[in-house]
Amino acid sequence: MIKLQSVSKRFGNTKAVKNISFEVNNQENLVLLGTSGCGKTTTLKMINLLIQPGNGEILINDKDITSGNPEELRRGIGYVMQNIGLFPHYTVAENIAVVPNLLKWDKQKTNQRTSELIHKLHLPESCLKMFPHELSGGQQQRVGLARALVTDPPILLMDEPFGALDNVTRSSIQQEFKALEELKRKTIVMVTHDVLEAFELADRICLMDKGEIIQIGTPKDLLYNPINDFAKSFLDGQRLALEFKVIKLKDIWNHLPASESKADKKELNHELNIWDTLEILRSEVIAENFVSDGNGHFKTIDFAIVTEAFNQYRYTAHHD
Amino acid sequence: MIEQQQSLWSFMSEQSDKLLNQTLQHVGLTFISLLLAIAIGLPLGVFIARKRKLSGGVLGLAGVLQTIPSIALLGFMIPFLGIGAKPAIVALLIYALLPIIRNTYTGIIGIDKHIIEAAKALGMSKTQILFRVELPLAMPVILAGIRTATVINVGVATLASYIAAGGLGEFIFGGISLNNTNMILAGAIPAALLAIILDFLLSLIQKLDFKKLRKVLYVFPVAILVLSGFYILSSAYGSVLTAGFTPEFMGRQDGDLGLKSVYGLKIHTIVISDAVMYKAAYAKELDVISGYSTDGRLKAFDLRILKDDKGIFPPYYAAPIVREIALKKFPDLENVLNLLAGKITDSIMTDLNYKTDYLHQTPERVAKDFLVKMGLYKESRNGNAGLIRIGSKIFGEQYVLAEMYSMLIKGNTDYNVTTKTGLGGTKICFDALMNDQIDFYPEYTGTGLLVLLQPDPKLSKEIAHDKDRTYDYVSSEFQKKFKIKWLKPIGFNNSYALMMRQKQSAKLHVNTITDLKNYLDKN
Repeated sequence: MIKLQSVSKRFGNTKAVKNISFEVNNQENLVLLGTSGCGKTTTLKMINLLIQPGNGEILINDKDITSGNPEELRRGIGYVMQNIGLFPHYTVAENIAVVPNLLKWDKQKTNQRTSELIHKLHLPESCLKMFPHELSGGQQQRVGLARALVTDPPILLMDEPFGALDNVTRSSIQQEFKALEELKRKTIVMVTHDVLEAFELADRICLMDKGEIIQIGTPKDLLYNPINDFAKSFLDGQRLALEFKVIKLKDIWNHLPASESKADKKELNHELNIWDTLEILRSEVIAENFVSDGNGHFKTIDFAIVTEAFNQYRYTAHHD
Repeated sequence: MIEQQQSLWSFMSEQSDKLLNQTLQHVGLTFISLLLAIAIGLPLGVFIARKRKLSGGVLGLAGVLQTIPSIALLGFMIPFLGIGAKPAIVALLIYALLPIIRNTYTGIIGIDKHIIEAAKALGMSKTQILFRVELPLAMPVILAGIRTATVINVGVATLASYIAAGGLGEFIFGGISLNNTNMILAGAIPAALLAIILDFLLSLIQKLDFKKLRKVLYVFPVAILVLSGFYILSSAYGSVLTAGFTPEFMGRQDGDLGLKSVYGLKIHTIVISDAVMYKAAYAKELDVISGYSTDGRLKAFDLRILKDDKGIFPPYYAAPIVREIALKKFPDLENVLNLLAGKITDSIMTDLNYKTDYLHQTPERVAKDFLVKMGLYKESRNGNAGLIRIGSKIFGEQYVLAEMYSMLIKGNTDYNVTTKTGLGGTKICFDALMNDQIDFYPEYTGTGLLVLLQPDPKLSKEIAHDKDRTYDYVSSEFQKKFKIKWLKPIGFNNSYALMMRQKQSAKLHVNTITDLKNYLDKN
């Protein structure tokens, strides 16, 4: 879907991005992760030509992005930014309608799509006539997302989309973000410096430092097969929390003891990660539940069983 | 106080036609120039916000233009734009430019850069970003600039009357020249009210939120256009020849009023400042002007005086007028000042004026050359037996006279001298004398009679044409009323006169004011 080939960018004498190449697959969520100044934002902004690429080629659907009109390119790519960037002189409805108006949609179509999105993003209908400053930070970010999604572009670029929010709001919006059907169909490139956020949302992570790509891979790859000391030490300190988030019930299947009866117990999806599983097991009235591998096999689990199996999995994974 | 107010009110109602006309002109001038300033300043502000490297230069230049004194700016423009509305509008435009450029620039560069980035990322073109995002967001700041420019323009537009563009300045400067407080107030109060009202209205627009502002912004340009149109409404009738008279001349019995009542002269008249009048006549912008008979520019600009065949211009013999207290304090003063009595004839004075006004010799040099030639010059004694303060009005002849008196006092007495030259018009100079700011200044008998004393019209008509009776009358009245003494006349008679270009006067066979009237009636 998106392909970068030997792309470099310098600002004056500083090399911001050095000869990087990667590919983002259709409907994949790739997160560019790194500290400030690592070149991740520059890389992102080159994809919609907010920053003109220096050397190299960027292809979208095998077409060089610099070959066409940059404004038309941008109208076809959703963009969500850290500072939200809502227009203070436009109402919420007008903010959402910016791109439809540029594309000369008729009013009814825009209105229909707007109310659909408002509903999906849990915004009250009444906010449409308000100005951005009258909304809370979380609501503003949802409007920013609605503005990016209104024309249903296949690609979404997100620059630290949750960076301006407080912790509570951030995690609730992240959950909604994950759950949003609409986003599962999109090819997303997201920039963040928040390791937990990257592991929570990414299909693959592209770890960058000083303008170079250190490692690209799934969250599990980064956790258990770091390519060098930098990649390894980057995750230190949050490693356990990340493991809880990344490892799923199906990963520890082999370490779970064999099953017994499953009468009056609740089935947990084997795609659940360990963190969420333990949250459920901790708070449920029934301490025991069962999990299926999807092939008609069942195993009964409780808090202690899952913890034990998780520990065994970690031990073997680290010593692979 | 009550009396004063009533007479101001009656003055304003008597002159309500003129007042309305001047107010319309004033509003018109303000808004035409504002409209042009916005048309130039706004795009320029946008341009330098794009090319920031140029911003220092452009803002600097606009700042320098702003500091040019208004009168000087108007003077500079006469050779290019003539007189009347054009140079006035250009001058006002120049003053309005800086706040508009600067606020447009500041407004645009002050916008959060993330908002601009968002606009770009959503796929807006540069033009769309400008009109949909940058200008609307910068609008409150731009409006603040327009507000500043409007208030500046209402103020500066009073000076438009100096170059015959009309406006409330006609009353203000006419009033100053004629020592007529009501006339000054009749111009100054509406001008101040205009500034306050416009400032208030614009402040309301500035405070509106974005939603309401959007609606107002459609009305705003229309309103400015309509207000600009006021100027056209007020434009006066035309005639074959155009006259330019000073504000002072316009309001005097021995000026425009006399020309109308005694000669029945009907000529398209515009009000203009003395400083630019001669130049405008030379440049054929004007055909007839109200000059002074000893003015050096008469010679310089090849003008001739039309004979006052019905004798409406009374004689204006110059003499120093001195506070009696000063004469007591400085016993030698009177004799020294009288050294000049009878020494300067009309033709000598014209020649001296020619040297200062046209050859641009300093008044000091002209004064010294003359005194040396007459054998009156003595080196300064550098005495310090007391300080004598000499005043003068703001034209060349008075500067030269003040210099002569200064040299005579320093050379013949032990007094020291300070000169306070360039005191506006008659009123300012006389007030300075009355309030002990100066000790003496050269005044003219006609002015003393008709401007300062203002006796009843019958009496003034009777004595005004007799040189000696006028002198005797002002001498005794000043002594009684003001405790001021008229010393001996210097000799020359600097009376009002109507002038035309030599060539035009010969071509049209107009030699007297009656000839002029007949010519105008026929054409």
